Amino acid sequence: MDYLFYLFAAITVVGAFLVVVNRSPIASAMSLIASFFGMAGLFVLMDAHFVAIMQILLYAGAIMVLFVFVIMLLNLTPNASRFKAIAGTRLILGGAGLYLGGLLMLIILGATKGQLSTDGAPAGLVGSVESVGELLLGQYIVPFEFTSVVLLIAVIGSVYLTKKKV
Amino acid sequence: MVGLQHYLLLSAILFSIGIFGILVRRNLLVILMCVEIMLSAANVALVAFSRFGVGHGLDGQVVVLFNFVIAACEASVGLGLIVAAFRCKETVSVDAFRLLKG
Repeated sequence: MDYLFYLFAAITVVGAFLVVVNRSPIASAMSLIASFFGMAGLFVLMDAHFVAIMQILLYAGAIMVLFVFVIMLLNLTPNASRFKAIAGTRLILGGAGLYLGGLLMLIILGATKGQLSTDGAPAGLVGSVESVGELLLGQYIVPFEFTSVVLLIAVIGSVYLTKKKV
Repeated sequence: MVGLQHYLLLSAILFSIGIFGILVRRNLLVILMCVEIMLSAANVALVAFSRFGVGHGLDGQVVVLFNFVIAACEASVGLGLIVAAFRCKETVSVDAFRLLKG
């Protein structure tokens, strides 16, 4: 099973990297879809089947279609300058490197100190539609209902933002 | 054996790629895509915590589902903002939007 993890992790990371380095936005969007598919594979490996399905339906399906639609709508000409950092490039690279280093150090230290031990891994706890749905509509019913409010606000906001000024 | 730290390492690398993309790219659409990468990195970490029993039960996966809703809202409002900005300046390059620059 281990080689599957490395395969999907490679797809995910390479896809994410190509999003950043690709010149045209549409190629970035396609790389992002590949990255999301790799991530769905990782979710399946972690027994989170429902989340994997939703990843493909929502992210690789709905959200990316929205992105591609807007890219087509705006009809952009490819930009000549690909990279241009906000402030000093050296400062940003140093900061990003420092952040990644600190994060990796935290994970490795936690792993060696045994704080990230996986001894208590529950056996047979599979995130099927039934088990996750039971939790979502039982214990988490109030936040679940509030997500509809968030979605409504998002719908109103995007309609207001994109409508023709009268 | 692939364990929790492998997934956390992957999550950290994805998050860093997202931050890097936001900092160095000039195209608003690509910046929004990098935000999506960062959200997904958080999703990987949450599912890993849920799978390897740091929390209890499937709570992490429920949070990931809420995260999907947030991502969908963020994408729709963000793309609406980009379309509105494009109408204003005829470009989606960040360089064109310098009204608030001191």
